[in-house]
Amino acid sequence: MATTLFDKIWDAHVVQAIENGPQVIYIDKHLIHEVTTPQAFAGLENKGIKVYRPKQTVATADHNVPTKNQNLPIKEALSKKQVETLIENCKNHHIELYGLGHPYQGIVHVIGPELGITQPGITMVCGDSHTSTHGAFGAIAFGIGTSEVEQVLATQCILQTKPKKMRINIEGTLGKGVTSKDIILYIISKISTSGGTGYFVEYAGTAIRSLSMEARMTICNMSIEMGARGGIIAPDEITFEYMKGRQFVPENFEAAVEKWKQLKTDDAAVFDKEYTFDAADIAPMITYGTNPAMGIKITDTVPNVADAGLEKALQYMALEKGQSLIGKKIDYVFLGSCTNSRIEDLRMFCSLIKGKTKADNVTVWIVPGSKQVEKQAIAEGLDKILAAAGMELREPGCSACLGMNEDKIPAGKYCISTSNRNFEGRQGQGARTMLASPLMAAAAAITGKITDVRELM
Amino acid sequence: MEKFTTIQTSAVPLNMEDVDTDQIIPARFLKATTREGFGDNLFRDWRYTTDNTLKADFVLNNKTYSGKILVVGKNFGCGSSREHAAWAIYDYGFKVVVSSFFADIFKNNALNNGLLPVVVSPEFLQKIFTAINQNPTTALQVDLENQTIEIIATKEKETFDINPYKKTCLLNGYDDIDYLLSLKDKIESFEQNR
Repeated sequence: MATTLFDKIWDAHVVQAIENGPQVIYIDKHLIHEVTTPQAFAGLENKGIKVYRPKQTVATADHNVPTKNQNLPIKEALSKKQVETLIENCKNHHIELYGLGHPYQGIVHVIGPELGITQPGITMVCGDSHTSTHGAFGAIAFGIGTSEVEQVLATQCILQTKPKKMRINIEGTLGKGVTSKDIILYIISKISTSGGTGYFVEYAGTAIRSLSMEARMTICNMSIEMGARGGIIAPDEITFEYMKGRQFVPENFEAAVEKWKQLKTDDAAVFDKEYTFDAADIAPMITYGTNPAMGIKITDTVPNVADAGLEKALQYMALEKGQSLIGKKIDYVFLGSCTNSRIEDLRMFCSLIKGKTKADNVTVWIVPGSKQVEKQAIAEGLDKILAAAGMELREPGCSACLGMNEDKIPAGKYCISTSNRNFEGRQGQGARTMLASPLMAAAAAITGKITDVRELM
Repeated sequence: MEKFTTIQTSAVPLNMEDVDTDQIIPARFLKATTREGFGDNLFRDWRYTTDNTLKADFVLNNKTYSGKILVVGKNFGCGSSREHAAWAIYDYGFKVVVSSFFADIFKNNALNNGLLPVVVSPEFLQKIFTAINQNPTTALQVDLENQTIEIIATKEKETFDINPYKKTCLLNGYDDIDYLLSLKDKIESFEQNR
């Protein structure tokens, strides 16, 4: 029978199927961080259980860490305790930890791929909804809760009901100034914040195939923002080329590649739902509301429809129905998060700001996704381009994506953010987030207002 | 996990769609290393102003409404995978959340903590909101064994779906981890035979 890529990987990981119930799925790789694990380790200790396969779990500190002076002790007592608890738990359970000060430290969804931990055909989980990022490599990767983290630590398995399958095809060529962030914001604006709930999404089509691995990660990353459990893209030469030579790829890489080449959806396979969009219809996107589906092309206006959710969102954002966003003054620009903090994102941002300076009314935070990204940015002189523009390259972490550390956007201020969520208060109490690509963020940083980046290109 | 059988109480209506887990429990309250106490900060920024005074117009602050059932609009619990959202709702005192549609991860997290997510039709959800609107003390009965939810005053009733495995877990207070641990041999043989 013809099967999808998702079926092939899923079915190969079923340890046991419960009659009329979920399936027991084997997890190859487990990523953990400081925020969603303390209660899981405490649960193991209460039950007197050891971690079953410690070598299949990798830890880092990212959500709750400062992005300045990481060499100094963490100032905030609760954050410090959470990071120290992770260190203690990893030590007690023999789990590899890339904590603060380690050259591999960074956002969990940035370091997995860059270290070669993320591989085609594997199952991967993490107590973080953006685990979907890793699907860009042709892996089944999804976010889980803390009780499930405990289950994986204890048994390397998890109970899951198999999701339905959706395919989203993007066909054709992308226009000037249009990035993979715009593709995913466009898709979410079309199918809504819950349109993917219950599904696992495969992204396909010529426009997806043309993207770099980092661009593909941005798309899979935001699958959860339409409610989908995860996103997946079949591996290809671009995937193998990206992985080659990375620290933790299989020793016999060529043999692994031959195996990975089989990982694709059969031509005759049927999806429960399928969408096809024309790449030429996608423009630089921006969000105006309080969920990621409330997005428009930069040249469009805020929808003028009667809807209680829209009205509540616009009240929070202090925006009007029918309004154009172009020219609106902004206060902050945040380049970072597991969506857009990789070296290509920094390069893209710097390509636009090189030789220019930031607008006086804007505070700009540039937060690399990992120590390796930071190192590479400095090696390429991007830090100098940023400094000359009046911007600062900070240290790695989740930062203002969720404002768990000190990097919070003040109440009432507008932030053009390359992150993934514009929920009320996400970047700080009362903060007004507008999601966009690194290019759109760079344009706003220079002009101090919402700008169609294509006018600066 | 506590056992769940039948519950009959009044309910608290939160008639909003797409309520995300950042609203249920904001990220700045995720710094704890235990599971307890999250109820204090449930819907924190909707319940309190920035200077920590109660917002009188938010439903949780309205003494007219009480009970162990939270009734919410569709796509409840979207966004972050934080299990703290389920912990906060449970810790606050709710045992059931009723909606026409839940986000996947939230639903799993709720089930893993003895918080029963009851999915009803959009029409029945509207009936519940109307009934509470007419009489804030109106009681709902949720019977897990028979998979029914009933508006006591009007006798309107609907059955709801739940995975039979999860139903057994909730009725008996079983945790998934105990089941998985019982499969150790099977897991080991899976590892050896791949």
